[in-house]
Amino acid sequence: MTQVPRSQDPPSGALVHPPRSDHARWNWLLLLPIVLPLLTFIYNRETPKLLGFPFFFWFQLLFPLLAAAVTAVVFVRTRARNRT
Amino acid sequence: MNVTEFVIVAVLFTAVSIVGFLASRWRRASQDSLEEWALAGRGFRSWISWFVVGGDLYTAYTYVAVPALLFGSGAIGMYALPYVAIEYPLVFLIMIRFWSVSKTHGYVTAADFVRARFGSPTMALAVAVTGIVATMPYIALNLIGIQAVLITMGINGSWPLIIAFAVLAAFTFTSGVRAPALISFIKDVIVYVVIGVAIFYIPAKLGGWTHIFDAFNAHFKATPPGTAYLLTSSNQWLYITLAVGSAFAIFLYPHSITGVLTTRNRAVVKRTLAALPIYSFILGLIAMFGVMAIAGHITPLPGPNGKPDTNTVVPNLFQHMFPSGFTGLAFAMIVIGALVPAAFMSIASANLFTRNIYKEYLRPEASEREQARVSKIVSLLVKVGALLFILLINPQFSIDLQLLGGALILQTLPAVMLGLYTRWLHRGALIVGWAAGLIVSVWTYYVTPNVALKEAHWGGSGWSLSHLGLHTDVTLYIGFVGVVVNLVIAFAGTALLRALRIGEGTDQTAPADYFTDVADTKAAEPAVTAGT
Repeated sequence: MTQVPRSQDPPSGALVHPPRSDHARWNWLLLLPIVLPLLTFIYNRETPKLLGFPFFFWFQLLFPLLAAAVTAVVFVRTRARNRT
Repeated sequence: MNVTEFVIVAVLFTAVSIVGFLASRWRRASQDSLEEWALAGRGFRSWISWFVVGGDLYTAYTYVAVPALLFGSGAIGMYALPYVAIEYPLVFLIMIRFWSVSKTHGYVTAADFVRARFGSPTMALAVAVTGIVATMPYIALNLIGIQAVLITMGINGSWPLIIAFAVLAAFTFTSGVRAPALISFIKDVIVYVVIGVAIFYIPAKLGGWTHIFDAFNAHFKATPPGTAYLLTSSNQWLYITLAVGSAFAIFLYPHSITGVLTTRNRAVVKRTLAALPIYSFILGLIAMFGVMAIAGHITPLPGPNGKPDTNTVVPNLFQHMFPSGFTGLAFAMIVIGALVPAAFMSIASANLFTRNIYKEYLRPEASEREQARVSKIVSLLVKVGALLFILLINPQFSIDLQLLGGALILQTLPAVMLGLYTRWLHRGALIVGWAAGLIVSVWTYYVTPNVALKEAHWGGSGWSLSHLGLHTDVTLYIGFVGVVVNLVIAFAGTALLRALRIGEGTDQTAPADYFTDVADTKAAEPAVTAGT
């Protein structure tokens, strides 16, 4: 293990803007799979049922799939920018 | 004792243990540094890290406890789903920053980062101690997962538990993080086979999903306070705060941090986080076993303390539904599922001790080699401690302590996660906020009465707002209440300390460090992973 020596940092407040950043518009999409599962008033209901599952159960089982889909999209869409 | 089941579990356990010992030869490297023993040279690529981090985060206890909660408490038990669904998008951007700054400076623990960022060995000590205290009962709970299987198989002695943990301790000692990493492949194959079959086979035997959910609904409507399968006005906020709090907490746990740091580069971190919700979906299916158990009229078997133990519900369901051969495979899934996280957890908490207590306060001149040796020994001690916890103290104590542990680890959020984004927070305010968050979490836990056991205290994670004199039946997650107090104090305290111009320490990190990728550090890296 090597500790890469770093030059002393300028005092906070005088920080230079980092040459790279993780900012991307696509990142905002991540809010969807974070916020939707927390809105209990949307899914705290019995119907419509699906294959015998009450809405409360089948709808929540979709959250992980939504999370996987959205994070995958964000990853792919922001990948090119990070290859500097 | 069911011989067929026992033989299958024993054979698979032996096979997995051999893999664990051989793992030290995988991507061969000397195990004499934490970089190799604890982080496998930070070299895992996408597919491997998906298995590794997944194996690390989804514990045997999760497999039995999530369905057990649905079985025992109804709808509220489903909070696990929003929790495991939001955790990855939530930390998607946070963890790449953590990976980069850790790669740049060679951090092994979250406390290493806090120490350097805020110039505060004291805050680092706070993070380290919280991590160890929160993880110990978690390791113990994996033993409870194994114990639930043993009870169901009709084995009541503690000797198999001791043997299992002795073997686990031995291969963790010799192979480090490579052992659970390799074992996680086997674990997952078994998980996918067992769950894939069970999710179709059991409902078919029970008369279909409609019948299963009708039975579940009827059961809880008849049980006071009649929760049925929807949330109530009183537990809806508990549900939301539990999900958010747990989602932040999981990536503050030392074993998750260790898992993330074993990855090769930023793209691997991102790809792994994007693929991990697949495990969450599987966990959602596993949660359904709690619903099925009610329709199947499964009764919890008595635990070691003689009281009905709901953790035995899932093993008991498997045993009732499947022929012995397949039940054996399902039991092996739980037992092996316990080994992987337990190994990660003991490695991670040992690292906290070595880096942030031993090297910081006892032997600052400790070499790489010495640090690795100390971690190896401490990882053994941690496991012995967890074993004694289960064997000597009422297991319920471990369950309560683990529940509290999630709330405690959440109190490191301002220093670790906000610290990745801002240096504004003052180390003094962080320490006071952390302490206040801990006190509030413990206090809110203490004042909550335990309805099920008819005890006045230590009742659970839902703290009623009526304690503040408000006329409401709303309950909130204790850890969430703690972290809100923590954040308010951290921010107000920082404003005060800055106004008083109290020394804020030196930040050893530079803004660019948070974006470092593997290519940037190649030149500075010694040749590590020779061979495969």
